Amino acid sequence: MIERSPIFNFVTYAAMTLGLLVVLVPFWIVIVAGSQSLQEVSRVPIVLWPSSHLWDNIGTAWARADLGPKMLNSLIVAVGVTTGKIVLASLSAFAIVFFNFKARMVCFWLIFITLMLPLEVRIVPTYAIAANALLPFQVILDTLGITGLVEAISSVRISLEWNLLNSYTGLILPLVATATGTFLYRQFFMTIPDELVEASKMDGASPVRFFFDVLLPLSRTNMLALATIMFVSSWNQYLWPLLITTDRANYGTVVMQLKALIPAQNGTPDWNVTMAGALIIMLPPLLIVAFMQRWFVRGLITKDK
Amino acid sequence: MERRAYYRNPVLPWLLIGPQLILVLVFFYWPTTQALYWAFTLEQPWGGGNSWVWLDNFLAIFRDGEYWLTVARSAFYALCTTGLSMAVALFLACFVDRALKGTKIFQSVYVWPYAIAAPAAGVAFRFIFAPQSGIVGSINQIWPGIWDPATNGVHALIMIIICHAWLGIGYNFIFFLAALQMIPRSITEAGAMDGARPVRRMFDLQLPLIAPTVFFLLIMNLISSFTDSFGLIDTMTEGGPVGSTEVMVYKIYFDGFKGLDYSGAAAQSIVLMLLVIALTFVQFKWVEKRVHYN
Repeated sequence: MIERSPIFNFVTYAAMTLGLLVVLVPFWIVIVAGSQSLQEVSRVPIVLWPSSHLWDNIGTAWARADLGPKMLNSLIVAVGVTTGKIVLASLSAFAIVFFNFKARMVCFWLIFITLMLPLEVRIVPTYAIAANALLPFQVILDTLGITGLVEAISSVRISLEWNLLNSYTGLILPLVATATGTFLYRQFFMTIPDELVEASKMDGASPVRFFFDVLLPLSRTNMLALATIMFVSSWNQYLWPLLITTDRANYGTVVMQLKALIPAQNGTPDWNVTMAGALIIMLPPLLIVAFMQRWFVRGLITKDK
Repeated sequence: MERRAYYRNPVLPWLLIGPQLILVLVFFYWPTTQALYWAFTLEQPWGGGNSWVWLDNFLAIFRDGEYWLTVARSAFYALCTTGLSMAVALFLACFVDRALKGTKIFQSVYVWPYAIAAPAAGVAFRFIFAPQSGIVGSINQIWPGIWDPATNGVHALIMIIICHAWLGIGYNFIFFLAALQMIPRSITEAGAMDGARPVRRMFDLQLPLIAPTVFFLLIMNLISSFTDSFGLIDTMTEGGPVGSTEVMVYKIYFDGFKGLDYSGAAAQSIVLMLLVIALTFVQFKWVEKRVHYN
């Protein structure tokens, strides 16, 4: 800090408070409206102070949007994506950084190009693949003539099918299939000094041992960062779950339910219920970000840069 | 990338990297190739597979005035959200960078919008901006009919842009602050000693020094506003009123899943992909340049 003039300090605090308002006012309005009765929330202009109906509204929203099972689904998806990503990312980054094999750079680029195109951009064909995730292998077998061969020999026709619609696998797998985590782990593994690898080699540790006993403990912060980022982003998914689950009752996630909470055009404008619902739906990732801030901020910066 | 201590093993690396490779092939390369195939073919109306139509699908969308309107709208949307969000975040980061007492509290709250699901923010902002509600809608009591995003396309677009920009504040703030904190204090101090006031130092010292971050964020924000807007638009306006908030991603979704026009949607996807790839490419080029001339 260079200038210590009280005026400049005042300006700084004023500006930061203004920023605080910009960020917090939407949250405040959600809480205020979520705690009011229908009558209070419909008042123009609204009273910007919380009332006493928060629990009633949450209860109504919970029942209306069937949030219990949906919360569980969201949790399953978020935890599934997070663990899947951490396991796959650490393993593949380990292979790319510490092993010398011919196709190393090809694998590297095959994985990293996926960073370029977000899921939303290729949504239509990805949806088609979810109807039968084994289709690529079927096509490979067909073109190689293996299908015909097997059919000729054993009169069994190979037809691979694995439908991912309306399943947790379908909700989770396509979200795991990107390079974000791999990149984060790679960046970290690159900073591990060669001496460490050499030393553990000299001690007779196998690569697997090295991975579990040296790399994993060292990358704990990295893992926390990735876990936070992945949990938040998978909890907040909207478009993909919307497409892959036609059976909303059993496989819907909470974020999809938000739309069901919006008052109908000519129905009762019970925005208080909507806001109470929105509040509990946005709470889990918000809590995680608030508490894990130190780790995830560092992770976010290495991940994207 | 040069490492001396490598493990050599013919099988193990493939076992380690295999699962990820398979996932990427199935859920990334296959769909992307499929999109290309669909974009150049047209499904026969009475079954019997797809026939190759070369660039017909592209020509069809390019000849459609409606499509260009969507593209222009998306570009406008992307520029506005990016500019607004980055400006607010940079403004805040500059003041937080002074690290006065108590700044930590402000700092941690500024990150919050990052955690919020776009549809949740969409629902909240829809209420805030609802013409009948008691917040922004209050001005309708004074001047009846001055604000109505439900029927006025411009109002609807403004509403979504503000919401999208708000959502981006956290992410942009994190990067700006990290970049500003990276600048050695001695440089700022030297500037101050030469008599440069804070605003002057901001424009002549700090901004040029964090230019790479500014550029990186610019690209990331543009990409995300081109691709990430679905959740907002679907919960706030559903593309309405009369298509005035329909952006590229929403049109792809609508044509593909509601209109069942896979070829048209695929062609549109390819255009969007090229756009995103071009933006990423510009980003890489810039990074390369910086490395060379430093």
